[in-house]
Amino acid sequence: MAQTITQKILSKAANRKFVDVGESIWLNVDILLTHDVCGPPTFDIFKQEFGADAKVWDPQKVVVLPDHYIFTANEHAHRNIDLLRQFAKEQGLEHYYDVGSDRYKGVCHVALAEEGFNLPGTVLFGTDSHTCTSGAFGMFGTGIGNTDAAFILGTGKLWEKVPESILFTFDGKMPAYLTAKDLILHILGDITTDGATYRAMEFDGEAIFSLPMEERMTLTNMAIEAGGMNGIIAADTIAESYVKARSPKPYEIFRSDPDARYHSKYRYNVSELEPVVAQPHSPDNRATVRSVQGTRITKSYIGSCTGGKLTDFVMAARILKGQKVSVTTNIVPATVKVARDLATEFYDGQSLKQIFEDAGCSIALPSCAACLGGPADTVGRSVDNDVVVSTTNRNFPGRMGSKHAGVYLASPLTAAASAITGKLTDPRDFL
Amino acid sequence: METIIQGKAYVLGKNIDTDQIIPAEHLVYSLSDPEEVVLYGKYALSGVPPEQGGLPEGNVLFIDEGSCHSNYTIIIAGPNFGCGSSREHAPFALKVAGVKAIVAESYARIFYRNCVDGGFAIPYETAEQLNQVIKTGDELKIDVESNTIENLTSKITYKLNPLGDVFKIVEAGGIFAYARQENLMPQA
Repeated sequence: MAQTITQKILSKAANRKFVDVGESIWLNVDILLTHDVCGPPTFDIFKQEFGADAKVWDPQKVVVLPDHYIFTANEHAHRNIDLLRQFAKEQGLEHYYDVGSDRYKGVCHVALAEEGFNLPGTVLFGTDSHTCTSGAFGMFGTGIGNTDAAFILGTGKLWEKVPESILFTFDGKMPAYLTAKDLILHILGDITTDGATYRAMEFDGEAIFSLPMEERMTLTNMAIEAGGMNGIIAADTIAESYVKARSPKPYEIFRSDPDARYHSKYRYNVSELEPVVAQPHSPDNRATVRSVQGTRITKSYIGSCTGGKLTDFVMAARILKGQKVSVTTNIVPATVKVARDLATEFYDGQSLKQIFEDAGCSIALPSCAACLGGPADTVGRSVDNDVVVSTTNRNFPGRMGSKHAGVYLASPLTAAASAITGKLTDPRDFL
Repeated sequence: METIIQGKAYVLGKNIDTDQIIPAEHLVYSLSDPEEVVLYGKYALSGVPPEQGGLPEGNVLFIDEGSCHSNYTIIIAGPNFGCGSSREHAPFALKVAGVKAIVAESYARIFYRNCVDGGFAIPYETAEQLNQVIKTGDELKIDVESNTIENLTSKITYKLNPLGDVFKIVEAGGIFAYARQENLMPQA
């Protein structure tokens, strides 16, 4: 029987040859990811259900990456980091990346890739909705809650309903003004925030396979914004060389059968697409930047698992080189690695860091920061009636802090161009 | 499990994401320390813009000033309830506030799983747009066995979609109770 890539990976994890759409199956989990917001309650449930002295099913398969509330004075947030540290110690978790140490990494979805945890053909569950990001590596990644995570900690297993898949094919060569963010915002406008609920979103086509891994991760990252269970791109040579440079572990590459059944298929030619934003207050509220050009903004924010990777900053630097921003512009690298690379990556003879500093941006320490608002002292948090253009992933009311603020989700190119003019601006005006 | 769930309705619109159910700044409290747990009740649904809370009129508080418990037991909402962040703090907060069931046109997957596997509140789906016909404050009665919801205020009964596969997990009270019942994990 023909299967999609998602079915094949789930079949393998269920020790089956074939799994059908709609079946509820038990999966063997390769990696469980958690962080400082959901880790402590997960560990509590684990102890409550499996016993105070219980040991996790496999300490090598548990990855704990604190990233949400790191640079804050909030005492409860500090306590949560202490709880992670304590649990990692008592369980002997080698893959714990402590805050305040040189092991600290930053935003978990980007760090997972950098540290070689993303392996084609594997199954990742994480206590974060953007766990779908890892699907860029031809693997199954999806978000779960604390109870499900605690169940995995004790058993190494979880039930899941095999999803139908939607196929999105992007033909053509990516124009310089277009980014993966524009592609996913385009899809969201077409299928809306629940268009892929309980489904897999599979991406392919010439334009997709021309993208670097970081851009592919932007696409799969926002599958959840359409309600998707997972986003997935089959691993190719670009994915393999990324993985091999970071992990010695074996992996298995799966591809959808040519006659696999899909819920639906969408086909786009990238040469016909334009830079777009998602207007307040929903990620599916799409508009071309040109159609809202001139809308006043009060802040520009470039960061998060969606838009805080090195490729995002290279794009922003292309626009910001030799320019001055006219509104508060926060540059928030996703990880320590990305932050370091800002100093060593050059565009047109200048480091990205220098370009951003000369343009008047403020560069923050790596964490999730204001993507999700966070404690009151979080860098870049929206206040009052702020109008923010942001490379993040969600713009429901209050997401970035103030529930009276409006957030326009955009590509790093659009966020950078808008930062210069103080108004929503199509990046083609600066390219 | 309770077979009859009765109480007042609190009506919301579509795409109520988990940031509106419990804003991110409140995720720092303990989910096990009783003194901090009540704070989840206090801030439940506090991210919903005031005019969109308690439809059709809006501007109805879900939690009264100074309280940690809601007067409303059943949430009625449109499509895609619980979308966004995976935070289990969201169904937890609703439970602490006193919510026993949610009736929405559809749910985001993670929130739905969390409700079922964590045993927080029963997530019912309905084909009808109940948030257009039920008003905040209406007295409702859900019959778990017959999959119906009766509006005792307007005397109209509506059908709920059967819970299907997940009913046995809901009935057991969550994934752990279910797994023990099915011998999928050691007994407590």
